[in-house]
Amino acid sequence: MMLFARISITVLLASLFSVAHAAGLTIEITKGAQTAVPIAIVPFGQGGAIGNVKLSDVVSSDLGGSGFFKTLAEDDMLTKPTEAQKINFKDWQVLGQDYMVIGQVIGNGNQFNIEFQLFNVNNGGLLMGYRFTAGAHELRRAAHHISDLIYEKLTGRKGSFNTRIAYVTNAVRSQGRQYLLQVADADGFNPRTIAESPEPIMAPAWSPDGAKIAYVSFHTKRSEIYVQTLATGQRESVSAYPGINGAPAFSPDGSRLAITLSKDGSPDVYILNLSNRGLTRLTSGMSIETEPTWSPDGSTIVFTSDQGGKPQLYTIPSSGGKSSRLTFQGDYNARGRFSTDGRSLAMVTANGGDYRIAVMDMASRTVNVVSSGRLDESPSFSPNGSMVLFAAKSGPRSTLAVASTDGAVQQKLAFETGEIREPAWAP
Amino acid sequence: MRLDKRYLVLAMAAVLVTGCSSDEKEGLGDTLGADASTSGYSDGSLSGSQFGSNGFNSASHLGPEFSDPNNPLSKQVIYFELDSSQVKQEYVSIVAAHARYLASHPKQRVILGGNADERGSSEYNIALGEQRSKSVERMMRSQGVSASQLEVVSYGEEKPVAYGHDESSWSQNRRVELGYQ
Repeated sequence: MMLFARISITVLLASLFSVAHAAGLTIEITKGAQTAVPIAIVPFGQGGAIGNVKLSDVVSSDLGGSGFFKTLAEDDMLTKPTEAQKINFKDWQVLGQDYMVIGQVIGNGNQFNIEFQLFNVNNGGLLMGYRFTAGAHELRRAAHHISDLIYEKLTGRKGSFNTRIAYVTNAVRSQGRQYLLQVADADGFNPRTIAESPEPIMAPAWSPDGAKIAYVSFHTKRSEIYVQTLATGQRESVSAYPGINGAPAFSPDGSRLAITLSKDGSPDVYILNLSNRGLTRLTSGMSIETEPTWSPDGSTIVFTSDQGGKPQLYTIPSSGGKSSRLTFQGDYNARGRFSTDGRSLAMVTANGGDYRIAVMDMASRTVNVVSSGRLDESPSFSPNGSMVLFAAKSGPRSTLAVASTDGAVQQKLAFETGEIREPAWAP
Repeated sequence: MRLDKRYLVLAMAAVLVTGCSSDEKEGLGDTLGADASTSGYSDGSLSGSQFGSNGFNSASHLGPEFSDPNNPLSKQVIYFELDSSQVKQEYVSIVAAHARYLASHPKQRVILGGNADERGSSEYNIALGEQRSKSVERMMRSQGVSASQLEVVSYGEEKPVAYGHDESSWSQNRRVELGYQ
C-alpha cells in the first residue's frame, strides 16, 4: 500500500488540475460551480529531506476538488516564486488569477518546517501567512491544514479537508470475499481497515468526538451492533437481539445510540443507553420504522417509516411522544441525516425511477435534489455543512460522490478496486 | 505594519498546529494501524458453512429429493415483486412442500434469509428483506412448522446474487433463501 501511494504521487505530477490520484482513488469533478475562484498554488520551495509528499499538489487538489476554486496547472505558470519579494504580480494577473499561494518546506527526515503565504493577486496584498512544524507522517495532514486555512480565509466557512471518512468496501482474499470497514482521509488517502468479516458490515456511524465508530456486522450470520474504539481497535457488542440490530446513530453527547430492532415484531426505533444498556422504545406499530438520526441539539429523532404506505421521513421527540410526518413530496424519502448546524437534512429521494440525494431546508421545508445519479444512497454532511458525501453507482461499481449542499458542485471519488459503500464523514 | 500583523498570525498558527498534531496522535497515530485491523476480527472459524449465493445449503444430510429437479424441495429460493413481501402464487406450493418436510422433520432447522434489490437506502432494505422472510415464516408456521425450527435473518441489499443495475438483476435479488442447517 505504501509503495502504491508513492507511485500514485508521481502520477499526480502529470495529472490535470481537476483530477487527483490517491491510493487507488480518483477524484473527478463532474459538475463545477460557475463562479469558481481562480487560485494558483505555486510549488513550494524545498530543502533537505522532504520525502514524497508534494504539498502544493495536495493543496491544489483539495481546493480544486471543493469546486469553489479553479486551480492553475503548474505547467501554465510563468514563474514559480518561493519568496514574497520574488513575486511579479503582473505575471499572475495576466493568467487571470485572483489569489496565489507560495511556500517553503524544509525537512530533516523526522520533522518539517513549513511556511506559506496567501496573496491577493490584484493588489499584491498579503492575506495570510503561517509557519509551523509537522512530524514525519504528518505532511499530508499539514497540507490539508493549509487547505483548510485558505478555504476559510477566502470563503468565510471552515474547511473540511483535514477530516476523515469511514466506509465499507470489499476485498477478495484466499478465503473468499471479505467485507472491510475502512477509515481514510477525506481525500481517500491513508485507508486503514478497522474491521474485516466474510459476512456483511453495514452502517458505520461516528461518535461525536470522532473516537469511536458504531457499525453493524453479520459475522455471526446474524446482525449485531458493535462500538469500536479507533485508538485501541477494541470493539464491544452492544446489541444482539433476535431479528434486526441496525442503523446505529450516536446521540450528540455520545452517551446513547438510536438503533433499529425488530425483536418485538416489526422494525422499530429504540434508544440504547451505552453505559447501562437500558433500552427505550421510541416507535411502535406494524409498519417499518428505521434509520434514526438525531438533531444536533439532541431533542428530536428523524426516522424512516412506511406507516403511510410508502417510506417517508417522520420526526419524534427523542424523549418519546407523538411522531409527525416531515416529507410529503414524492413516494420515497428515506434515511435522513442532519447537518452539524441542524439547518439542513439530507435524504434519499426517489426522482422518477432514480434514487437521488436531496437536502431539505428545515426552516422552510423546501427540498432540493443535489445529486444526479440513478442509484444514490447513504448521504452524510461534511463537518462544515457545505458538502454531502454519498454512495453512487458508476458503471458496475459502487463509488463515492460528493455534492455541494446547493447541488452546484458535484464530484466523483472513484476507487480503483472493490465496491465502496455506506460512507460516513467524521465529525 | 503589514509585517507585524504577519508574525502575529504566524505565532497564532504555531499554537493552532501544535494543538492539531497532538490531536492526531490521540486519534490516529500508530494506534489505528495494521495491528488494530487484525486484532480480534478475523473469524476464520466461521467460514465453515457458507450461507449465501454460493451453496447456502451446507447440510449434507438432506435426502435426494432436495436435488431432484422435479421435486419442489429442490427449489429453495422464493422471489418477490418490487416493494412487496407477499409470496407469489407460483411459490406457494414450493413453500408448502418445505413446510411439510419440516413439519415431519421437527429437528431440522432452516434459516430464512431475506434479501432486497439495491434500490433505495440500505437499512430500509434490511427491513424489507425481513418482511419477506417473515411472510415465508408465517406460511410455514400456519402449516405446522414449529417456531424453533425457523430463524429469520435479513441481509437487505448486502448479498446480491446478480450484480447488474437493471430489473433482470433486481428480480433475482428480491428473494428469500431457505438455508437448511
